[in-house]
Amino acid sequence: MSTVLERVTKVIVDRLGVEESEVKLEASFTGDLGADSLDVVELVMELEDEFDMEISDEDAEGMATVGDAVTYIEKKQA
Amino acid sequence: MTNLTGKTAIITGASRGIGAEIARKMAEAGAKIVVNYSGSQAKAEAVVEEIKNNGGEAIAVKADVADADAVKAMVDQAMQAFGSVDILVNNAGITRDNLMMRMKDDEWDDVINTNLKGVFICTKAVTRQMMKQRSGRIVNIASIVGVMGNAGQANYVAAKAGVIGLTKTTARELASRNITANAVAPGFITTDMTDKLGEDIQKTMLAQIPLGRFGKPEEVAKAALFLASDDASYMTGQTLHLDGGMVM
Repeated sequence: MSTVLERVTKVIVDRLGVEESEVKLEASFTGDLGADSLDVVELVMELEDEFDMEISDEDAEGMATVGDAVTYIEKKQA
Repeated sequence: MTNLTGKTAIITGASRGIGAEIARKMAEAGAKIVVNYSGSQAKAEAVVEEIKNNGGEAIAVKADVADADAVKAMVDQAMQAFGSVDILVNNAGITRDNLMMRMKDDEWDDVINTNLKGVFICTKAVTRQMMKQRSGRIVNIASIVGVMGNAGQANYVAAKAGVIGLTKTTARELASRNITANAVAPGFITTDMTDKLGEDIQKTMLAQIPLGRFGKPEEVAKAALFLASDDASYMTGQTLHLDGGMVM
């Protein structure tokens, strides 16, 4: 079973077309990973599918970095 | 002939008038149709029957377009039945005509909710699926009065002008995902809605139409069909006037 970070990383690599090495916890989606606002919306949609959970718009707005997403998902799964 | 084989189209307010005609035309072109209605169940089912009798596929789904939960359920139902949502036609509309000085707040609110907010809600509801598909066609039925204004229809005109602006924003926001949004602005088309207008108003309107006649629902449906097809692949954010030349 892959870790949350591994699964999140795979989604980001597939969606944004970045190198796996660029996907660090502190990397911001829009600043470091080159996502535009629509990419972030899509990323959240794919994370919802990947982890079979609903992420509200309010919560999604709070996710700026890879670490934010991983922490959020881990907390919600616990 | 336009081909929509394999596509699924949700058409709001499709139990009668322009919406029903768009449903028929798109079904003829091969699309699977979700005939949305709010009140007229029997008429919606009649449209579905007609499509099925002609060898097409269709379901009737009740949803008030201003009710986000009902709209979401409709999109889910479309996905379950047909597996994709490729075309959305925002056609549902109502009128509550009155001179502005006499217009009540609820007459304003009802029309804005159905005719403008309903377009927002339905568009939002299909966007997720269309983004995933990396393709989609949104066709909004505006009105020529949204361009030219019309005494006695402050609410309707404001809503329809709003739809034209919303169409442009939808087009800009979703273009990168290969989703187009265009509008048609019908002029005076003979339907139940316009039959309610008085004879004097009809006469005044006719005098303003260079082609000298009212339009037919199928003339609007053909334009909607074009905008929903691959033929309109390089067109987004536009409003086609189908008004016999009233506004140029």
